[in-house]
Amino acid sequence: MASTAVTPTRMVLNQLKGRLKTARRGHKLLKDKRDELMRQFMDVVKRNKQLRTRVEEGLTAAFASLQVASAIMSPEMLEQALLYPRQSVELGLKFKNIMSVNVPQYSFHTKNNDPTEIYPYGFAQTSGELDAALDKMARVFEDMLELAQVEKTMQLLAEEIEKTRRRVNALEYVMIPELTANIKYISMKLEENENSTKVRLLKVKEMVLQDAHHYK
Amino acid sequence: MLKIAVIGGIETVMGFKALGLETYPAADAAEAGNILRTLTREGEEYAIIYIEENLAAQLAAEIDKFKDSPAPAIILIPGREGSLGLGQSALKAAVERAVGTNILGD
Repeated sequence: MASTAVTPTRMVLNQLKGRLKTARRGHKLLKDKRDELMRQFMDVVKRNKQLRTRVEEGLTAAFASLQVASAIMSPEMLEQALLYPRQSVELGLKFKNIMSVNVPQYSFHTKNNDPTEIYPYGFAQTSGELDAALDKMARVFEDMLELAQVEKTMQLLAEEIEKTRRRVNALEYVMIPELTANIKYISMKLEENENSTKVRLLKVKEMVLQDAHHYK
Repeated sequence: MLKIAVIGGIETVMGFKALGLETYPAADAAEAGNILRTLTREGEEYAIIYIEENLAAQLAAEIDKFKDSPAPAIILIPGREGSLGLGQSALKAAVERAVGTNILGD
């Protein structure tokens, strides 16, 4: 729709043509960005799905073992056994840039590098089931960490894709058609003005000739 | 250095404590909500917050607030009763948001 707000002059026409060119180029770039983001997103989604299933299975198994342990040991004993963790986790956070989206990259260090050192208790007074439960926990934890990274990445990418898609659509279905319509309107108006000028000149010429030579 | 927090029922978080994570036992969703608010306020010290599904179900609005910020990541984990499928639904929601429709086919 040609909005009536545009003034049909050559200057405005030139401006509009420039804007149309920019809009077309922006549209193409954004479309490429959206496609690439989508490709990355699908990879992340696939990975997330895998990890999610693995973490859920792993945790369920770990909780089951813990349940068994808590059935064997008295609650006070269990609490006491787990009261002071020997291990502590420190998390490093860096950001990676995927198509101008900053996604987190976690790196984690345990204070104690020995994997057998996760048991914060002596073995004399605790049951073996607790050891098994903690072992399962420790194994699933690495997946949990990656899950956190992947899931956050997925959410951030989803947001960016949504934004980009909106921009692409706005350009494609609103901006570009509007600009094209306005350009058409102006060029038609200019042509019309030109025609009327030409006709007016012809008319004037006729009148002048009639005055000079008394032509009929 | 950043920290990792686990919010959940006391029996759920117990195991994580041994791994060296910071655990915050919560009896119900209201308590979990309070903990979540405190943890997220503390100047981005927590990079990852794991929260038990059955508690998270009632805190969806609070959790959604952090969806678009790079930190912290709030991740749902299944509780003792096994998975409720909420974690999977978060994945589906993200796909729907990005693609406009659920293309995973489940």
